Amino acid sequence: MAFKHKHLLGIQTLTPSEIMTVLDTAESFYEISTREVKKVPTLRGKTIINLFFEPSTRTRSSFELAAKRLSADIVNFSQQASSAVKGESLKDTILNLEAMNPDAIIIRHSCSGVPHFTTTFCKSHIINAGDGSHEHPTQALLDAFTIRQEKKNFKDLKVTIVGDILHSRVARSNIFLLRKLGARVVLVGPPPLLPLEFKNFGVDIDFNIDRALEGADVIMMLRIQLERQQKNYFPSIREYRNLYSLTEKRFQRAKKKAIIMHPGPINRGVEISADMADSAKSVILKQVENGIAVRMAVLYLLLGGKEREALD
Amino acid sequence: MKLLIKNGRVVDPSSGKDAKLDLLIEKGKIVEIKAKIAAKGAKVIDASRLVVAPGFIDMHAHLREPGQEDKETIETGALAAAKGGFTSIACMPNTDPVNDNRGLTEYILSEAKKRAVVNIFPVASITKGQRGEELTDMADLVDAGVVAFSDDGQSVANSQLMRRALEYSKPLNTLIIEHCEDKNLSGEGVMHEGYYSYLFGLAGIPASSEEIIVARDTILAQEAEASIHIAHLSTKGAVDIVRNAKKKKIKVTAEVTPHHLILTDSYLEDYDTSLKVNPPLRSEEDVQALIQAVKEGVVDVFATDHAPHTPDEKDVEFDKAPCGINGIETAVSLLLDKLVSKNIISLKRFIKMISTTPSLILGLENKGKICVGADADLTILNLHKEIVVDVNAFKSKSRNNPFQGWKLKGTPAMTIVGGKIVYPFSSSKNL
Repeated sequence: MAFKHKHLLGIQTLTPSEIMTVLDTAESFYEISTREVKKVPTLRGKTIINLFFEPSTRTRSSFELAAKRLSADIVNFSQQASSAVKGESLKDTILNLEAMNPDAIIIRHSCSGVPHFTTTFCKSHIINAGDGSHEHPTQALLDAFTIRQEKKNFKDLKVTIVGDILHSRVARSNIFLLRKLGARVVLVGPPPLLPLEFKNFGVDIDFNIDRALEGADVIMMLRIQLERQQKNYFPSIREYRNLYSLTEKRFQRAKKKAIIMHPGPINRGVEISADMADSAKSVILKQVENGIAVRMAVLYLLLGGKEREALD
Repeated sequence: MKLLIKNGRVVDPSSGKDAKLDLLIEKGKIVEIKAKIAAKGAKVIDASRLVVAPGFIDMHAHLREPGQEDKETIETGALAAAKGGFTSIACMPNTDPVNDNRGLTEYILSEAKKRAVVNIFPVASITKGQRGEELTDMADLVDAGVVAFSDDGQSVANSQLMRRALEYSKPLNTLIIEHCEDKNLSGEGVMHEGYYSYLFGLAGIPASSEEIIVARDTILAQEAEASIHIAHLSTKGAVDIVRNAKKKKIKVTAEVTPHHLILTDSYLEDYDTSLKVNPPLRSEEDVQALIQAVKEGVVDVFATDHAPHTPDEKDVEFDKAPCGINGIETAVSLLLDKLVSKNIISLKRFIKMISTTPSLILGLENKGKICVGADADLTILNLHKEIVVDVNAFKSKSRNNPFQGWKLKGTPAMTIVGGKIVYPFSSSKNL
């Protein structure tokens, strides 16, 4: 198994076989979460810091449970409780945590590039849990894991991603990953939130959701942030809903066995209708469940194993 | 004390000289230029294999004093300039407080006289406090000694006010310099908008943000029949606008920085904040257009936009870092290596763009030329010597320069201001 990275900063730097390694490893961890005793000693003695400068429930809890199920010790650190509010610089905050000798730091931050910046002065393994509008690699990996459960193969799958592409780290990581694995990606959204330059990432762009959903195997809906409307990226939520929300009627255009995905949190009745979110076609909660196995795999590949120790 | 510079290759674009000549300097002036000069009692500098040029003039530097002395002072900025081969620098008004009145201009000039080893020419703001609301007392400021006006860091957003400034400046024989940027279009942008901003997930500053104001200002300059100088031109579209304006005989001049000619937006892949600058590093296509503009003469001047910031200010999240490159000590070597040694432009053109033309644009009499009676401001270059950029050896107080470790061919060997050797630093004591 080849996964020779010290950090997980993004999907962009991973090879297709490394991505498959993560997914295969996740497969082997998946079953642990279904046991009565949901714990293995794999990372016993390792210390992990969950450093979240942005609100998060899903990703933070998912990493926390993943670490605990591997017997690592994990400490949560959120901005509200930190010295950041007292004017301490990001670097000083992280250096202080680093001084406690953790093995890995999981970072979520609203500024793109913070995990990269952190690697310039930290010895710990750095895992990107979402940086600004840049990448959210574990989300893309758990999405890929979920797609593979349902579709087996990535080659020639049509994946339609709908919403605020410009600001979405989930969209970027998914675009990079799906293209590496040979899927076809179509992006849809209001033009101010979907620059044509994205074509250079090897995807198709459409501003018409009905056309973009035609024959789709996977539909990924992105959360639309209400503050975007205040900045005139689109005129109103009503208009956004009319043009871009996923409804039962629109879903008919996709393949019969198409699945509906969403990284959460969802705005029911905005980007996705409630009945679509709750339908049998939705794998939204499956994504959340798979997140733990995928994050266990990432922690294991970065921190565990003899091969790992040799690399350190 | 007389100074005799012997055996140098004297290159002076203003007169077309390019020959091995001796120069005799006395009382701060050039007093004799001949193939062989013998002067008893003169200190002799052997400039064999070196180029003797009129002193370099940086039209665009930030000295941070008063108010931000942790980044730079008039003294350290001047030392950095001397080391970088500059004999004169124009300092931008975005100090704290802003240089928008006679008192501050006089303070800068008097401090410069006491502590600066190079000539300092203050630039005042166009509007009071750079707030874009009311004009400064421009005539009074010209009288106090400013050479130009600029709200550097931002444009004068109100087009009518900009037109008034252009009109009002005409009889004052001064210059309006504009940092061209529509702040609404720039929004929260921190790098050039394009493929790489989408790839890195950083908010983009579109080319249109600069181009709209370049276009507006050339239109206003035409209407007002006034001159306008465009600071740090950075996009292909802006080059086209300036080229067309010049064809229409609009009185527009433009400067370009070394970093905009050498670096592109793709360099930001590691989120290195020393590369965060405004205008941002643009695309490869823009860089090619800028080099073409230099070759054609659409761009008139090289300027550094020397913008020192402390290490702590730059050692932060990319979004939060201040914009600016500390460039005055690397500009000459970068341009000699990347443009002159690669034969993209001639040595004479280079000297014209960094000395002759800036002196004409700023109206600095007796500078930017080597002739009898001119100020003895000289920059002596070694075109053969290779240097390795080392920010830790900077004379500037700050270190924010992205060229650390670059090997460059060609460097300033000596800087002479008013007949005094100000660089290398050890020699200055002997005179």
